[in-house]
Amino acid sequence: MVAKIKIENLKKSFAGKEVLKGVSLEVAPQESLVIIGTSGCGKSVTLKCLLGLIAPDEGAILIDGTDTVGQSRNAREQMLHRFGMTFQFGALFDSLPIWENITFRLRQKVKMSRQEARKIASDIVVQLGLSAHVIDQYPAELSGGMQKRVALARAVADKPEILLFDEPTSGLDPITGGVIDNLIKDSVKRLGATAITISHDMASVRRIADKVAMIHHGVVIWYGPAAEMDHTGIPEVDQFVHGKAQGPLTQAINDDALSVGTNS
Amino acid sequence: MNFGFLRQIGQGAFHFLASFGRIAFFTASAVRWTLQPPYYGRQIGRQIIDIGYYSLPVVGLTTLFSGMVLALQSYTGFARFSAEDTVATVVVLSVTRELGPVLAGLMVAGRIGASMAAEIGTMRVTDQIDALDTLSTRPMQYLVAPRLLAGTICLPFLVIIGDIIGVFGGYIVGVYRLGFNASLYLSRTLQFLEVADVMLGVIKAAVFGFLIALMGCYHGYHSGRGAEGVGLATTNAVVSSSIFILIANYIVTALFFGV
Ligand SMILES: Nc1ncnc2c1ncn2[C@@H]1O[C@H](COP(=O)(O)OP(=O)(O)OP(=O)(O)O)[C@@H](O)[C@H]1O
Ligand SMILES: [Mg+2]
Repeated sequence: MVAKIKIENLKKSFAGKEVLKGVSLEVAPQESLVIIGTSGCGKSVTLKCLLGLIAPDEGAILIDGTDTVGQSRNAREQMLHRFGMTFQFGALFDSLPIWENITFRLRQKVKMSRQEARKIASDIVVQLGLSAHVIDQYPAELSGGMQKRVALARAVADKPEILLFDEPTSGLDPITGGVIDNLIKDSVKRLGATAITISHDMASVRRIADKVAMIHHGVVIWYGPAAEMDHTGIPEVDQFVHGKAQGPLTQAINDDALSVGTNS
Repeated sequence: MNFGFLRQIGQGAFHFLASFGRIAFFTASAVRWTLQPPYYGRQIGRQIIDIGYYSLPVVGLTTLFSGMVLALQSYTGFARFSAEDTVATVVVLSVTRELGPVLAGLMVAGRIGASMAAEIGTMRVTDQIDALDTLSTRPMQYLVAPRLLAGTICLPFLVIIGDIIGVFGGYIVGVYRLGFNASLYLSRTLQFLEVADVMLGVIKAAVFGFLIALMGCYHGYHSGRGAEGVGLATTNAVVSSSIFILIANYIVTALFFGV
């Protein structure tokens, strides 16, 4: 079976600092992959490479077997229709009310009346457990948890095949986080979509992941079924999964912090 | 011998050329996307109101007082060789050809250049520009094009209104302070004014409007990360658009010199 998404040996440096040193990953159709890893290890950069927002220095990204690195602008614009994404910090459009945020892409694709668009938006927000009147509010008027739900709504509104979620539950209380996880699971299942989620939250990882990949120092150090992540025998993965304060990652994080300190 | 300073000069020149190249590239792609559909009518409308309507008070006040002060100063000067009756002509020519466009341009640069850079810069650092792109909308067409169009269209109108207010300021001072005859002052104002004078001001205004929007968008679009990045982008937008306005002012004036 051909992988839905295949990332091969992805490399990316910023100002001489090598962030991705050869990331390779595979996601099968309709599978849900969760990427974990310490802060600053390049998880968000990996997702942005997938969307062509950041051009990798080296490597290939195959979507349904077609390499998308360095593709023409037209091909990329076609490709983007198949993706839905939530960004780490929401990235809702401040200047537009919620209903316009949610139906933003739908309305570019299909001509529809205001009423139709508002109806679609209110159906989606209700499905996501918000009350219908939020569609007339602006992003700044919503709480962090509500913003995350709206971002999710915007990502799934026109039923994409591939969903990318960058830390959908970070900064939320565990209850709201759990609700968002269920929404993600539901949406992925309902759409038959393939999903990649970035998360730090192990409870959430256990809920939504079929497969888990851990990135460390710019490479994937472990990749496997979610059920096996407790017994990988790799000290870094073990420390991350069980959230231990002491271990090989502690040293790595301190080293990073020091190197940032001396660079600036 | 230490050649550090030479290297610094070299690096400075290199950075200058590099950013010049980036600006040229950005301008070319912005203009190209501005001319291509889709056109976002609502965004253009919003920008026109923002730039055209809300800048009226600032531009009006600036040109009013400049016209007034110009009448006083030129009177002082021309009285020394008994040419007081040229005051009206000097006021109207200076305002339409020079002061109207430049002062309106600089004031709008402060107001609009800064707010464009801050808004687009914030969108950049909060990933809203990336989100636009992934939601199948080209940021150049959705964000930059409406601002360029609105800037280029609005400034000429602002300047014409500013010209009228500036001339009116000169008239007030001329008639009520310097004791000119009202109808004589008015006829002097119109007597030597040519369409070419007004056109020159209007052309300048369009160029300035384009430059202000271009710099606001460019610096916002390339804003560095974090709040600090946005702050710097805002400052750079205002400083660079002001400088470009003064340079363009000379170039346009020189091109039309004697016309
Ligand atoms: N546009 C950029 N320009 C320069 N450096 C960047 C850029 N984007 C990311 N980086 C750098 O790349 C590294 C990885 O960033 P990334 O955002 O992918 O981290 P992350 O794994 O998502 O971390 P977190 O869990 O904190 O979100 C960081 O050191 C960051 O400073
Ligand atoms: Mg991240």
